Amino acid sequence: MDFLAILTNALRGALGPEAAIYALAAVGLNVHFGYTGLLNFGQVGFMLVGAYGTAISVLSFELPLGVGVLVGIACAVVLALILGIPTLRLRGDYLAIATIAAAEVLRYLYRSEWAEPLTGGVFGLKQFADGFFELNPFTGALDLGPFDFSARALWLMVVAWSAALLAAGFVGLLVHSPWGRVLRSVREDELAARSLGKNVFAYKMQSLVLGGVFGAIAGSLLAVNSQSLNPDSFMPIITFYLWTIMILGGASRVMGPILGSVVFWFLLTFLDSFLRQAIGAGLIPSSVLAPSDIGAVRFAAVGLGLMLLMIFRPAGLIGNQKELRLDVR
Amino acid sequence: MSGEHETSGEEVLHEREELAQAEHAIAESSPSVGAVRAAEALADVEPVPGVAKLDPILVADNVSRHFGGVRAVEVDHLEVQRGTITALIGPNGAGKSTFFNLVTGFDQPDSGSWSFDGTDITGTSAYRIARLGMVRTFQLTKALMRLTTLENVMLGATAQRGERMLVAPLRMVWKRQERDIEQRSDELLERFRLSHMRDEYAGTMSGGQRKLLEMARALMVNPSMVMLDEPMAGVNPALTQSLLGHIQALRDEGMTIVLVEHDMDVIMSISDWIVCFAEGKVIAEGRPSDIRTNRAVIDAYLGARRALPDRADTPKPVTEDET
Ligand SMILES: Nc1ncnc2c1ncn2[C@@H]1O[C@H](COP(=O)(O)OP(=O)(O)OP(=O)(O)O)[C@@H](O)[C@H]1O
Ligand SMILES: [Mg+2]
Repeated sequence: MDFLAILTNALRGALGPEAAIYALAAVGLNVHFGYTGLLNFGQVGFMLVGAYGTAISVLSFELPLGVGVLVGIACAVVLALILGIPTLRLRGDYLAIATIAAAEVLRYLYRSEWAEPLTGGVFGLKQFADGFFELNPFTGALDLGPFDFSARALWLMVVAWSAALLAAGFVGLLVHSPWGRVLRSVREDELAARSLGKNVFAYKMQSLVLGGVFGAIAGSLLAVNSQSLNPDSFMPIITFYLWTIMILGGASRVMGPILGSVVFWFLLTFLDSFLRQAIGAGLIPSSVLAPSDIGAVRFAAVGLGLMLLMIFRPAGLIGNQKELRLDVR
Repeated sequence: MSGEHETSGEEVLHEREELAQAEHAIAESSPSVGAVRAAEALADVEPVPGVAKLDPILVADNVSRHFGGVRAVEVDHLEVQRGTITALIGPNGAGKSTFFNLVTGFDQPDSGSWSFDGTDITGTSAYRIARLGMVRTFQLTKALMRLTTLENVMLGATAQRGERMLVAPLRMVWKRQERDIEQRSDELLERFRLSHMRDEYAGTMSGGQRKLLEMARALMVNPSMVMLDEPMAGVNPALTQSLLGHIQALRDEGMTIVLVEHDMDVIMSISDWIVCFAEGKVIAEGRPSDIRTNRAVIDAYLGARRALPDRADTPKPVTEDET
């Protein structure tokens, strides 16, 4: 077994554009849940409207890619308003139900025959991000011994990680302001916030929009990353990866989602490589585990890891363990 | 931290002394400016339910709220005189808290209307009512657990520039205001003896400390009227006395205080006016002296105690006979 190869693969996964994109979407989720206590189980829906908003603007309306991203953001704002206006005055579970349903409804809507002229239906969309790669300042591949990244990958990584870190930094600025204090008070007790003259509905709405916008940008980047788009890459499971990432890193921590994503992708790619190599080397007989089962097994292992984490570090890797011990009286 | 043990004895003595002083002050000293003013304003008011006041800050009309078949609140008319300490009393389940919830916008009535400071606020949302200057606390305290004590109190300040999302990232815009708010909060924490908890999570507080925190937080809003739902429940006697002192001081500064309280001693010693609820209705109101001898109050409120043989005919059953 080639441990160096396994490790480099894992690191590549941990630093790759996907990790950055998931980190960005999880930063949005952290605004929702970590700071405001909103139960958004449909973050992937925001990613979907962001991605399609971008691609459709470029392909059907021949707008520049940058404008496309803005259109994607606008779509997320509209989605947040549609979801928030009827539910945010009600108990928290209504938003949870609405978001989880909306994300699935959107996926079916975008893949329907009716929407095909714009969305390409089940066939999806392709080649809309040329504008992005034309801007690539990197001319050659980066070669650091066992590591090598193509110029294309480098450009994506730089942009995606910058976006994720900027988003986290922006959230950091926001939550350490009086605005963030109100947000956290809404998370703790809406009625108390209201009794002090805070317009709780408006704050929840702002939070939903902000987090959704981060989701939309993540979606745009995801689309750009693969230069192709298909409704079925926006399955509900992605939302749950994002929750895993946020909780793994530590909810209501500014850098929690970033760290969570890096660790999540490291473990995922590490296990993938490791199992592949182990099967290849005959260490695990293929009657026990076939290469086609690896995908499922690695997620089971991540689930196990998450369970252990919840037992030993319930507030996440960099979460404030003290916060969790506060009891409710 | 290290000096805690050495000073605790002294502190107890200090507290006891203060308690004695406070009791003395309340019982013996000539009434404060606010008390005199309140007494004058209420001098010619008949002690009958629904009576009109000279200068009411809160007026409620035909407010009713039913839960299924239960009549929780059914107030025909109630006025609260500005600048007084008005106590709401009544047996458990009489509808006091529900009445609070209704007028502060935390619950919707089946019918009725009410106004605050001359403005009709029927159906106005709770946060707007708070901004208008009517702030309430909750019977079951709502400490914001994962905010520090200081943050809890600072949250109460109104018109904070940094609370607008677009301004929030620009620290220089709200930095100075934030510092002022912090200073005011520290003063309030000092007043309520919570300074040592300043940077602790409110979730680590005891039940009584949470009551104090809630009151400090409500005062941070700078209200013209506070509605306190059992502010003294679970607060130790020494602190109760100093709380009473604070409440009176607030009244003297011109604030209107409505409080729900079960402790008759407290009620009788600090209220300017008492409103008695039973089964959702106002069955009596009046000065403490009126209430003490009011037949309806004794029947409704003290009914349970009257069943006890040795107290069968004591109008005010709590401590009168002990002294
Ligand atoms: N949310 C609710 N649902 C159903 N019934 C309620 C609700 N809130 C209050 N009630 C009922 O309304 C009546 C009045 O309750 P309320 O809490 O106002 O009493 P209270 O005077 O504050 O009593 P206490 O002194 O015990 O605090 C009670 O009979 C109670 O059972
Ligand atoms: Mg009550």
